[in-house]
Amino acid sequence: MSPIVKLLAQRISLSLLLLLLISVVIFAGTIVLPGDVAQSILGQSATPEALANLRAELGVNDPPVQRYFAWLFGAMQGDLGTALTSGQDIAQALSSRIGNTLFLAFWAAVVAVPLAIFLGLLAVRFKDRWPDKLISAVTLASISIPEFLIGYVLMYFIAVKMRWAPSVAMINDSMSLLEKLHSIALPVAVLTLVVLAHMMRMTRAAILNVMQSAYIETAELKGLNAFQVIYRHAFPNAIAPIVNVVMINLAYLVVGVVVIEVVFVYPGMGQYLVDHVSKRDVPVVQACGLIFAAVYIALNMFADIVAILSNPRLRHPK
Amino acid sequence: MSDTLLKVRDLKIGATVYPPGERPRDIDIVHGVSFDLAPGKVLGLIGESGAGKSTIGLASMAYGRGGVKITGGEVWINGRDILKGSHKDIRKLRGAEVTYVSQSAAASFNPAKKIMDQVVEAAVEQQKFSRKEAEARARVLFAKLGLPDPDNIGDRYPHQVSGGQLQRCMTALALCPEPDLVVFDEPTTALDVTTQIDVLMAIKEAIRDTGVAALYITHDLAVVAQVSDDIMVLKMGNTVEYGTVDQIINAPQEEYTKALVSVRSIEHEEKAPTEEPVLSVRNITARYKGTQFDVLHNVNVDLYPGQTLAVVGESGSGKSTLARVITGLLPPREGEIEFAGRKLSSDLNGRSREDLRELQMIYQMADVAMNPRQTVGTIIGRPLEFYFGMRGAEKKKRIVELLDEIELGEKFMDRYPAELSGGQKQRVCIARSLAAKPKMIICDEVTSALDPLVADGILKLLLDLQKIENVAYLFITHDLATVRAISDNIAVMYQGKVQRYGGKSKVLNPPFDDYTDLLLSSVPEMKLGWLEEVIAHRKMESAGN
Repeated sequence: MSPIVKLLAQRISLSLLLLLLISVVIFAGTIVLPGDVAQSILGQSATPEALANLRAELGVNDPPVQRYFAWLFGAMQGDLGTALTSGQDIAQALSSRIGNTLFLAFWAAVVAVPLAIFLGLLAVRFKDRWPDKLISAVTLASISIPEFLIGYVLMYFIAVKMRWAPSVAMINDSMSLLEKLHSIALPVAVLTLVVLAHMMRMTRAAILNVMQSAYIETAELKGLNAFQVIYRHAFPNAIAPIVNVVMINLAYLVVGVVVIEVVFVYPGMGQYLVDHVSKRDVPVVQACGLIFAAVYIALNMFADIVAILSNPRLRHPK
Repeated sequence: MSDTLLKVRDLKIGATVYPPGERPRDIDIVHGVSFDLAPGKVLGLIGESGAGKSTIGLASMAYGRGGVKITGGEVWINGRDILKGSHKDIRKLRGAEVTYVSQSAAASFNPAKKIMDQVVEAAVEQQKFSRKEAEARARVLFAKLGLPDPDNIGDRYPHQVSGGQLQRCMTALALCPEPDLVVFDEPTTALDVTTQIDVLMAIKEAIRDTGVAALYITHDLAVVAQVSDDIMVLKMGNTVEYGTVDQIINAPQEEYTKALVSVRSIEHEEKAPTEEPVLSVRNITARYKGTQFDVLHNVNVDLYPGQTLAVVGESGSGKSTLARVITGLLPPREGEIEFAGRKLSSDLNGRSREDLRELQMIYQMADVAMNPRQTVGTIIGRPLEFYFGMRGAEKKKRIVELLDEIELGEKFMDRYPAELSGGQKQRVCIARSLAAKPKMIICDEVTSALDPLVADGILKLLLDLQKIENVAYLFITHDLATVRAISDNIAVMYQGKVQRYGGKSKVLNPPFDDYTDLLLSSVPEMKLGWLEEVIAHRKMESAGN
């Protein structure tokens, strides 16, 4: 087996193992937490018999290991259980919301990633001159301001004053793609501002690091212009760290949008999670936790795979 | 076209330096240098590090490395003063009229791109040739430079070919756009001595066949004598002497040139082994973890008290691995090591503090072997505390003694490594190892990073200290001149085996085995026509590293 296939196989099996471990942690965590689901469903005035009946019905009394495996095998088959509070099937309730969350994250990424990398390249080209400083200042400022504040500020100016985009990002299946994009324009803008700085600065740092190499001097002495040097010779050697930080930010876009979804009343996973955490609906919290963990692990795995594939020494062994 | 291709007049180059603890200030690196180069001719620029030779070479492409700035003078190429050109003019010049070959091709090739893409890039980008024409030309150059499989080597990535091959690829890269002038900056310095000859010959023939002019920069006068028409000797940014190669080599006028031309001045009489050896390496076979082949095969050598054993070989011969085995960093698969009459644990963790104290080490890179945030006094004082528990005035007295022994003196005690020259740093490392009062010191290429005259001083110091302290040296080096200068016994290593072993007079005199013959004959000699002579008389191909 070639070394690169072996490395990739190792990396992927490590991810699966990690996901399994996290499922244990999520399950154990929700058991250890204090509180009583039955109590929170029935309220303070419930009789002890009613509480006992409900607990038996919910299966809370079974041994934890048995409950874990039942839950795990169910999850592997796409059955995430039923929500305690509403009795709804979780997988069904989640499916449209995951779609919405991914839709928002995808369009935020489509805008933010190329923009961040382009700004990073630009900052390298004009290092320590005004364009570099301006880019750094603006992106750092946007990452430093809390995202809900940016959200409300944009809402006030763009939605309320100028009326370019709606302040509430409602979407549904009957809308066309263009209508949907118009609807989510503001949350996409906010998310872009939030993740831009991190990716832009890593692009800048990774490329500047490569710019110290002797082969950059070779390229300069070939008479290439600054952009050719950066784009052809520096960028290919800086891909691994850049992809890494891009993936972490994409993961953030998927799992970290809770606040934005609440601000813009967007029907995504974040809001669904928040609703059910407050009701102590353990199966929903577990399901959401598992999905978020899977997204994080998958994206980071993808970053590592790109890093392995971008290394010519691994791709083309001696 | 005029009969001068490159005309440099009163070239002045400066830089901003940032000394520790002081304000940045501007210094001059080159103080007004002038020379002419006719088309198709080769001018050798020679000098020690800091002489400004690379800086001058790059200035002929209007390039300043790091913070280096050209502050005055004129550089005329093909009748234009390039220092007056715009950015765009300069870009059109680079990679088209003037190209560059660097010291380390391994670092100068982009690891993420195929060799061919990089070789033809300048020619295509400067619109000298179409991509197709440039590739055809590159293949011709690959063949001319003696690269294996010239039709396909361009499809490889830089890490897939050896260092010597990559250096030839770099030469092809420079010649591909049909430039008028190539700047060769120490193109063979990083190569093994037997590989150096092949690359040198390839470069020389390529220069002759393409009729290109060249600036050939090196610190090795014997090398530059083989390829140049004229030589300029530089020191601290000034021209010392400028003349034809014949005049510089055979009739040098200036003292400094004479010092460079004269062979090593150290005479060292070989001592016969007298007592029991201090170190006996017995049947050592070793391999690195996770690999399938042995890098050392059944190695046997002895080192006697107060004497020097030189272990000489090219990269990959196993000489540094032998040092790792002796120090305990790499436990061998077979064999054992006796030291000072006792058996040494093969693993570093099994060794006593006495074992560690009596066996010291000095490294090639003195500046990374010292903590940059400690003073010289702290660095030398550390083994005194650690091994002998010295404190206060007693420790200080001993530090001063050691500083006197290495000819630096007490005033160096409070200095930091960054304030020392390369030779001074290596002296401090020598003092640090002597502080432990060792029976034996492993010297791993300790003079390789130093200029010849500075290296000479270090070798003299080591020999003097050997007489005073009766310490034995295991001297690892690839440089045969160093071996001649200081050894009593020599072990020639080749592909993990001891090829030849014995007293200096025996090892360095005929009859030779084929490898030792190749190695000894590959050391450049300071005479004209040596290169052609030695190539004609070869019995064996070089290792091709």
